[in-house]
Amino acid sequence: MKIGIPRALLYYRYHTLWETFFEELGVETVISPPTNKGILDSGSIYAIDESCLPMKIFLGHVEWLIGRCDMILLPRIASLGRQGSACMRYQAAYDVARNAFRGRQIKLLDYNVDLRKNGGQIETFLSLGRAVGKKRAQSLHAYLAARQADKAVGTAELLHQQDLLRGDRCRILVVGHPYNVYDPYVGGPVLDCLRALNTVPIIADIVDRREALERSANISSTLPWAFNRQLVGAIDIYRRYVDGIVLMSTFPCGPDSLVNEIVVRRVRELPVLNLLIDGQEGSAGLETRLESFVDIIHFKREEDITLA
Amino acid sequence: MPETKVSFPHLGSYCVPIEYLFTRGVGVDYVTPPPITRRTLEIGSRYSPDTVCAPFKYNLGNYIETIEAGANTLVQTGGVCRLGYYGELHEQILRDLGYKVRFVNMARASYSNPASFYSEFLSINPDLSLKRVAAVLTLVLKMVEHIDAFESYMRNNVGFECEEGSFDRLHQDFLASLSAVESHKELSAISKLYMRRLKELPINRPKNPLRVGIIGEYYTIMEPFSNHFMEKSLARMGIAVDRWINISNTLLHNPSKKVITHIKDYAKYDMGATAMFSIDKALEFAKKHYDGIIHVKSFGCTPEIDAMTVLQNISNDYKIPILYFSFDSQTSETGIQTRLEAFYDMIVMRKEDRK
Ligand code: SF4
Ligand code: SF4
Repeated sequence: MKIGIPRALLYYRYHTLWETFFEELGVETVISPPTNKGILDSGSIYAIDESCLPMKIFLGHVEWLIGRCDMILLPRIASLGRQGSACMRYQAAYDVARNAFRGRQIKLLDYNVDLRKNGGQIETFLSLGRAVGKKRAQSLHAYLAARQADKAVGTAELLHQQDLLRGDRCRILVVGHPYNVYDPYVGGPVLDCLRALNTVPIIADIVDRREALERSANISSTLPWAFNRQLVGAIDIYRRYVDGIVLMSTFPCGPDSLVNEIVVRRVRELPVLNLLIDGQEGSAGLETRLESFVDIIHFKREEDITLA
Repeated sequence: MPETKVSFPHLGSYCVPIEYLFTRGVGVDYVTPPPITRRTLEIGSRYSPDTVCAPFKYNLGNYIETIEAGANTLVQTGGVCRLGYYGELHEQILRDLGYKVRFVNMARASYSNPASFYSEFLSINPDLSLKRVAAVLTLVLKMVEHIDAFESYMRNNVGFECEEGSFDRLHQDFLASLSAVESHKELSAISKLYMRRLKELPINRPKNPLRVGIIGEYYTIMEPFSNHFMEKSLARMGIAVDRWINISNTLLHNPSKKVITHIKDYAKYDMGATAMFSIDKALEFAKKHYDGIIHVKSFGCTPEIDAMTVLQNISNDYKIPILYFSFDSQTSETGIQTRLEAFYDMIVMRKEDRK
C-alpha cells in the first residue's frame, strides 16, 4: 500500500510527524513534488476562483497524487483546543477535495484533529494507523518516534535561527503561514530576494511554540486562530532582534486580513511591509517592493546610528 | 461620566429586539444606528483593511455613524469564523481614528464561562439586575421568533400582493408595535394579530408559482442592504422566495447534529460557520423541486467559498440551477440586475419545458 501526501497546506507544519510515522510503520509514501506552475494551474481548475492561493495549490497537489498511490492523506483540523481554533479552510479541506475530485475514484485517508470533540493528537494518529491496518501498539510506538523526530527537527531549526540573531547584519522577520513561507513557488522568491538584498530572513514560524502562544496576548488578546497566535507571539519574541517585518499573506486570506491590520497598528517601532502574494505577479514587482522596503530599513538604521 | 448610550450594528429587523434588550433589560439608553446607506459602506470600507469580508466594513460604518448620532458605548458579539476577531480590530480602528467611546467586546468573554458574559454586561451598566436581564432576554428571544415567522411568510408571498407596498407597510407597523409590548402575553397577542392581518392581505398567488430558495453566509443573507435587496427584486419578478437562515433557526434551534447526517453524501464534516446549512438547504430545495437557488455571500467568505464546491455537485446531481453572488463594496447594481434577469429567464424557460 502506498500513501500519497500532498506537499501543501498543513504538510509544511506536520511533515516530519507524518513521514516518520509512516516510515516507522513500514508504510510506503509518495509525496507530491514542490509546487510548480503546472500544479497551481491544475489546482486552479478544481478550486473555486475566490479560494485562497494555498487552497488552489493544495488541490493541485491532490490532483497530482491521483493514480500515483492507493490512498491520499487528507488532513482536516477544526480545533486545537486551548491553543485556539483553525482557519475554516483547514476545517473544510477534506470535504472540498472529496467533492472536487468526485468521480476520479480516489480513496481518502482521514486525518482529523478536532480537540473539542476527539482526544488529542495521539488519537488522530492511532486512527490513522488503524486505517492502514496497523495494530494499536505499533501505531503508538510509531507516533512516539514521530514526535521525537519532530521535536529534534524543531530544536535544530530553532538553534540555527538563534545563531542568525547574532551579529549586526540587517535582519527581517518573515511572518507567514509555513505553507506560504516554505513553498518554493510562493514564499521562495521572497526569501531569495531578501537574501540577495543582503539581509537575513528570520522565520517567525521557527519559534518556541509554547512561548509564542503565550506572548501573542502582548500584541492581541482575543485572537482565535492557533497558528496566527503563534505567529503574532513570534513577533513579540523577535521584535527586539530584527530591523523590519514582512507580513507575507496570500490572497484572499480570512485570518490574515484582520491579524495583519492589528500588527500594523500595534507594532509601531519597526517598518512593516504587508506583502500580498496572488501567484500571478511576476518577480519584477516583488523585487521592487522588497528593494524599497530594505532601503527604508537601511535609511532608518543609519538615522538611528547618527542619533545614538 | 456621561450617560451610557449603547449601540449595536444593524442586522435586518433585529435592531428592534436588540434595542428592547438594552433599554428594558440592561437599563441603558440605546441609539439605533442610522439606516445603512452607500455612505455607511463607504466610510466602513475606507477605514477597514481592503481584504476583510464585507460584514466587517458594514459594522464599522454603523459604528461611526452611530457615534455621530450620539452613541458612546459600542457592542460587538464575537462568534465563529472571523467574527470572533472583528471586535478587537474594530475597537483599535475607532481608537486610532480618535473616537473616545467604550467598546464592549463579547469575544473577551468565553463560552466555557458564562459568568464572563455577565461581567461584560456589567461594564455597560454596573447597576444591572441579572434577574431583569434574564427575564427580558427570554422575551426578546420570543420576539425574534415572531419577527422571523412574520418575515418568512412575507418573503414567500409579497411578490403576489394586490396592492403595492401593503406588505411592507404592515411589516413596519408590526415592528413599531413590538417596542411597546410589556409582557409575554402582550407580545404573543400582538404577534398573532399582525400575523392574522398579514395573512389577510389580498394576494394574487398563482397555483404553481416560481420558487427560489436563498442560501449563503449569515450577514449577507440577513442584512438586505448588503445583498442589494435581493429578496425584493425576486418578489418584483413574481417569485415565491424561501430562506431558512435567520436567528431563530440557526442560533435558537441550532440543528447542526441533524444537518450533518442529512448531508453525509456530500460532506463528512462541519465545514465551518454557515457552510453546512447552505449545503443542507440546497439539498432540501433541490429535493423539493424548487426552480432555482441563489447563493449569496460577501467576497472572500472562507466557509461559503468552500461550500460552493459542494453546491456545484448538488446542482449537477439534481439539475437545479444555482446562481452565485459575491458582494464587495464595489459590486455594481446593474451587474446584479442583469444576472438576476438572466436567471429569471432561464428558470421560466425550464419551467415551461417541464410542463
Ligand atoms: S489561513 Fe488564509 S491562506 Fe491559510 S488556508 Fe486559511 S484563508 Fe487560506
Ligand atoms: S462567515 Fe464569511 S463573512 Fe462571516 S466572518 Fe466568516 S468569512 Fe467573514
